Amino acid sequence: MRELIAGLSTGFIFGLGLCISRMTDPAVVQGFLDLAGAWDPTLIFVMAGGVAVTFVGYRFVLRQKRPLWAPKFSVPAAGTIDAPLISGSAIFGVGWGLSGYCPGPAVVSLASGRRGVILFVVAMLAGMIAVRWMRTSRAAGTHQAAR
Amino acid sequence: MHPYILALIGGGLIGLSAVMLMAFTGRIAGISGIVAGLLPPKPADDRTWRIAFILGLVLAPTVLTLVTGDNRIGQPTIGPALLVAAGLLVGVGVTLGSGCTSGHGICGVSRLSSRSAAAVAIFVATAMVTVFVVRHVL
Repeated sequence: MRELIAGLSTGFIFGLGLCISRMTDPAVVQGFLDLAGAWDPTLIFVMAGGVAVTFVGYRFVLRQKRPLWAPKFSVPAAGTIDAPLISGSAIFGVGWGLSGYCPGPAVVSLASGRRGVILFVVAMLAGMIAVRWMRTSRAAGTHQAAR
Repeated sequence: MHPYILALIGGGLIGLSAVMLMAFTGRIAGISGIVAGLLPPKPADDRTWRIAFILGLVLAPTVLTLVTGDNRIGQPTIGPALLVAAGLLVGVGVTLGSGCTSGHGICGVSRLSSRSAAAVAIFVATAMVTVFVVRHVL
């Protein structure tokens, strides 16, 4: 029940934020990315508002011993800037620029029932599964080689 | 209200959501990670909050329509074939790169993570180049 409340409330507020800020309109996102055209700075304000609240809020929350409803914080450890991070982010950017959709706004836009959005999300899920599958089989491969 | 003020408020709500999720479950509010955790092979064990989060995301514009009469969802700017190609690139990219605009852009940057800062610089750069090529070169 706690998990349900935590997920539903945060997902709803997140979705509301994306809609209110117009990040659910690919034209607005592409307007920000189009420096050579009629540049639209809206996305900067969204990032500024988001980072300001999260920066201050995280400072307080991460000082606590543990989350309210979980045994520990699951925050990624500091790591190196490696090849998967660089190539993955580069590939993501191409898809983002092409469509104006990143994962959050795409999922929220499913509510419109538009065929194009559904196609985008299905393809995105397929891409995610492909990489996860490749990782698992590669991990299994190295495991076997070690044996 | 001016679009930039609404953008600031909307961004603030996204931040509030990220802080709440961290306070409740100790998790990063990264949409790609939340979604990918539900997918094969080996879906994560903590599926309830992930499914509820996605439900909340889709519910938001629905409630917004009931209250204001406008869900503020725009229409795609490209055709179906390109949307499929872009969706594939986004899915592969965010999984390989361990995050998207929310996980790296909002949560990672707020944690002063150098990996996230690098990711944001790279995906904003390649997205800008892509838009430039599509709109001004081709």
